[in-house]
Amino acid sequence: MTCTDFLSQLTDYFDGQIDAELLAEVQGHIAECHHCHVVLDTTKQTIEVYRDNEIYDFSPELQSRLHATIMSRCREVKVR
Amino acid sequence: MSAASPTIPVDTLVPVEIHPDVALVARAKEGDTAAFEQLVRQYDRQVFRVAQHITQNREDAEDITQDAFLKAYEKLDQFQGNSKFSTWLVRIAVNESLMRLRKRKTSKTVSMDENVQTDEGSIPRDFADWSPNPEQQFGTSELGDILRKTIQGLPPGFRTVFTLRDIENLSTEETAEALGLSVPAVKSRLLRARLQLRERLSRYFRQTKTEGPKP
Repeated sequence: MTCTDFLSQLTDYFDGQIDAELLAEVQGHIAECHHCHVVLDTTKQTIEVYRDNEIYDFSPELQSRLHATIMSRCREVKVR
Repeated sequence: MSAASPTIPVDTLVPVEIHPDVALVARAKEGDTAAFEQLVRQYDRQVFRVAQHITQNREDAEDITQDAFLKAYEKLDQFQGNSKFSTWLVRIAVNESLMRLRKRKTSKTVSMDENVQTDEGSIPRDFADWSPNPEQQFGTSELGDILRKTIQGLPPGFRTVFTLRDIENLSTEETAEALGLSVPAVKSRLLRARLQLRERLSRYFRQTKTEGPKP
């Protein structure tokens, strides 16, 4: 398996949608190729750091304001 | 001789699980605004987050959140329950967000970092290891700034796929449905988004000292 082959399998690898034979090839490549090992590891960390961190503020004040406006608009729709 | 009816093995009688949202939607359809309010409470953060990620604009995200819920409320009859309510709602929010982006395409383009030019199929150039945990390297606010800045630099199409798939945990199929894309197109964009984001983050997270060769 080449590094380009490895990259083409990366998405399916993360999703666990890869058949056993190909999985063994991918794992074999990672074990031998330090660059691809690093790419795999840092891509995994990229996903995790975004998944674990709420990067946009959604304060209780904002939530209350949105909530009130949404329900007020919905009630208007209902009245019509 | 009794004409015994064929017995059905107990383990084949799988109870149909009804998602709690389905009951709330049914009540809302009958005019129960409290039921819809519950759905708003459950999904307002998710809708806001999707809108903010796609538009990169807080005011737009607030407007989109309101519009998406109102549209969902108005079109509740069109929700057939073939997909999860949250997926259906996110799809509405994505459409609203993309429409908003198109409207202001000339006013504010998304910034592109100059030194990232990963093309599909190319091998990422940055092979530096990161420290064990990026979160340990930075304070919460500094890390937040880095994450916002790096995702903002992605092209909107990549950012949207990454947001739905990796942040909101939609499946590849649900993401494809929400964006009107094919599954292979989602996979391709997702790969490119992940690699570009990884490369951008590498500037901040790469290890500065050599730890010795790996086996």
